[in-house]
Amino acid sequence: MDAILLQILNGLDKGSAYALIALGLTLIFGTLGVVNFAHGAMFMIGAFCAVTLQRLLSLSYVTIDESRTDFLGNPLKIRTPYVESWFGPEAGQAIIDWSVPLAIVFAIPVMVGLGFLMERGLIRHFYKRPHADQILVTFGLAIVLQEIVKFFFGANPIPTPAPEAFSGSFDFGVLLGFEPNSIIYPYWRMIYFVFALIIIGAVFAFLRFTTFGMVVRAGMVDRETVGLLGIDIDRRFTVMFGIAAAVAGLAGVMYTPINAPNFHMGMDFLVLSFVVVVVGGMGSLPGGVLAGFLLGILESFASMSQVIDLLPGINQIIIFLVAIVVLLVRPRGLMGRKGVMEE
Amino acid sequence: MFGLNRRDTRFLLIVIALTLLTPFILQPFPEGSALAQFNAGYPDLMQRIAIFGIFAIGFNILFGLTGYLSFGHAAFLGVGSYAVVWMYKLLDYNVLPGLVLAIVTSGLFALAIGYLSLRRSGIYFSILTLAFAQMSFNLAYSVLTPITNGETGLQVYTSDPQILLGENEPNVPHLFGLAMNESYKLELGGWVFTFNVGYYFTAVIAILAFYLSLRIFRSPFGMMLRAVKSNQTRLHYTGVNPRPYTLAAFVISGMYAGLAGGLLAAMDPLAGAERMQWTESGAVVIMTILGGAGTLMGPVLGAGFIKYLEKIFSKINENILEGWFAFLPEGMREVVVWVLSRFTGEGWALTLGLMFMLVVIFLPGGLMEGGRRIAALFRRRPETGKDDSAPGGAPAE
Repeated sequence: MDAILLQILNGLDKGSAYALIALGLTLIFGTLGVVNFAHGAMFMIGAFCAVTLQRLLSLSYVTIDESRTDFLGNPLKIRTPYVESWFGPEAGQAIIDWSVPLAIVFAIPVMVGLGFLMERGLIRHFYKRPHADQILVTFGLAIVLQEIVKFFFGANPIPTPAPEAFSGSFDFGVLLGFEPNSIIYPYWRMIYFVFALIIIGAVFAFLRFTTFGMVVRAGMVDRETVGLLGIDIDRRFTVMFGIAAAVAGLAGVMYTPINAPNFHMGMDFLVLSFVVVVVGGMGSLPGGVLAGFLLGILESFASMSQVIDLLPGINQIIIFLVAIVVLLVRPRGLMGRKGVMEE
Repeated sequence: MFGLNRRDTRFLLIVIALTLLTPFILQPFPEGSALAQFNAGYPDLMQRIAIFGIFAIGFNILFGLTGYLSFGHAAFLGVGSYAVVWMYKLLDYNVLPGLVLAIVTSGLFALAIGYLSLRRSGIYFSILTLAFAQMSFNLAYSVLTPITNGETGLQVYTSDPQILLGENEPNVPHLFGLAMNESYKLELGGWVFTFNVGYYFTAVIAILAFYLSLRIFRSPFGMMLRAVKSNQTRLHYTGVNPRPYTLAAFVISGMYAGLAGGLLAAMDPLAGAERMQWTESGAVVIMTILGGAGTLMGPVLGAGFIKYLEKIFSKINENILEGWFAFLPEGMREVVVWVLSRFTGEGWALTLGLMFMLVVIFLPGGLMEGGRRIAALFRRRPETGKDDSAPGGAPAE
C-alpha cells in the first residue's frame, strides 16, 4: 500500500510537468490549429529564465580584505552580491535564496512577449500551410532557440536549488499512519504539484468565467462565425499563444530545482508531451491535463522494481506503448471531441 | 537504356559521372593554399555524404511521394548498423552478408512499424513513428543490451566466433579482401586526390539506390504514391485501397535507411544506440526538405550540402576568421569575427536551424526549387506552372 502511494506521489511531479506542457500545446492547437514543435523550447527557456534571474541576483562586486589572506597568501577577495549591499546581508541572502519562485514574476512577461513575437512573426504565416510545414518550421525554431541558449549558458546542466526552506522532505507515511520514513516526499515536488494545479485551474477559470475566455472558446469551436460576428479573433488567439508560452515557461521555471536545466531538456519533454496530447485527445484541454497526470503516474509505476523484474525495460517504453495503443484503438484519445483530427 | 527514356538516361549518366568524380570535384583547391580548408575530398566525408544521400533518397520515397512525414526513420538506420556489426561478429569482416541482413531486418522492422503506423495519417502518423523509434532507442539502451551492448555500443571483440575468418584476412571491414579503408593517393601538381575503396563501394551502392528510386518515381507505383499525396479520399472513391501502396513505400524507405545504417557500420565497425535517437530522424527530414522533397536529386543534394557545411563550418574557428578579416580596422574586425564565430565552429547547429527555417518559410521546394527559380530568371521566361508534387519533369536542372 505504502509502495503504491509512493509511486503515485513520485508520478505527480513529472505528471504535472507533462500536464502543463500538454495544456499549452493543446491551447495552441485548439485555437490556432498549429502543431507547435517549439513548445518544448518554451519550457526550456522558462527554466533558463530562472537561471538568468539567479545569476542576475548573484551579481556581485569584489572587495579586498587586507586583514585576511587566502590559501595562497594573497589578500582575501570578498564577493558581495549587490542585493546584499542594497537590502542588507540577510534580506539580500533571502532574495538570492528565493530566486526560483521570484523568477515566476520575471518569466511571465518574458514568456508572453516571446509568445507574441513567435506568433506574430512566424506562426501567423503558417496557418494556411499544411501541418507538415508547421511541424518543420517550429522544429527549426526549436533548434535555433536551443542553440542560442546553449551559446549563452553552455552545454552542461546548471543546478538551480530551491529555497532553503523547501530543501527537506516531508514524511507522508507518518501522516497516514504508516511506518516513519516509508513514504518521504521532497517539499519542492509537492509545491510543484500544487503550483501546477493552480496554473491549470487559473487557465480553466480564465477560459470559463471571463468574456475573453468565452470568445476564445467560441473561436475554438467555430472560428469563422466568431469572426463574422465582428470579433477580432486573431488578436485573442495571439494572446492565447502568449498565455500558452507563459504556462510552458512557468512549468520550466518551477522545474529547475527538480532537474538541473540543460539546453536540450525542452526536446526531451516535447516528444513526451506530444504523446501526452495525443493520448488525451488533440484539442481537448481536460484530456491533455488528465493524460499528463495519468502517464506521469503510470511511468512511475512502471519503474517499480517489482514491475521491472516482471517486464524488463517497461519503464523505458510505457508511455510510448500507451500512446501507440491509444492511437490505434481510439484515435481521438481519452477525451477528444469526435471528428477533431481523427484521420 | 536501363529501361529509362533518353532524358532520364542522360540524367542518370550525369549522376553516375558526378558520383564517380566526387574525389576531384570536392577537391578544387590545391593543397596548402588558403582555400584548402574548403576541400572536402577526404574519404570519411565523401563516404558520409554518399551514405546520408542513400538515407535521404529512401526517406524521400516515403515523404516526397506520399507526403507521410515519418519522424522515426533513425530506428531503421540503427537496426541496419547492428545487423552489420553482428555479421562481423559471427562470420567475418566481409561487409556483404551484413548489408544483406541489414536490408532484410530493417525491411521486416519497417513492415511491422509501418503496418501499425499507417493506420493513421498526418500528425498522428508522425507521432506514431516517433513513438516507435523512441521505444526502439530506449530499449536498445537498456533491456536489449545483450544484443546492442547498451551504452558502449556494439563492436567486434577478439573473443567473437567469426567462423569464416581466414588466415590472412584484413582485420577491418572489407569486400572479399579489399579493405574499406584502403586508399590510393594521386598527386597532381599541388593537388592531392584520394581514392578510397570504401567511398567507391558506397558510391556504387548509392548509384544503384538512386537508379532504383528513379525507376520508382517513373513507375505506375510511383504515380500511385503521388496520388496518395494529392488526394487520398478520391483514391478511395475510385475503389483503390491506398494502404498497400503506402506500406510498400514505407518498407522500401525503411530498407534504404537500413542499408545506410549498414554502410555506416561498414565505414567504421561500430554501432551505437544514439543512431536511433530521434534527432537523427530529424536530420534526415532536414536534409530531404532542404534539398527539395519529392524531387529526385534534392535529397542527395540536401545530404551533401549539410554534411559538407557541417564539416567545413565546424572547422572554422575564430583564428581563421581573424585571418579572413585582417583587412578590416581593429574594432570592426572584432565585431565581425565575434558575430560570425557564433555561427561557425560550435555554433554550426544554429546556422543549420536558421537555414532550415528560412528554407521552410521561403522556399518550400528546397534547394531544387531555388535552382529552378534562378534558372527561370536567367531564361527570362515566366514560371511555368509546375506542380510541386511532380517536379520530376526537370530533375537535373
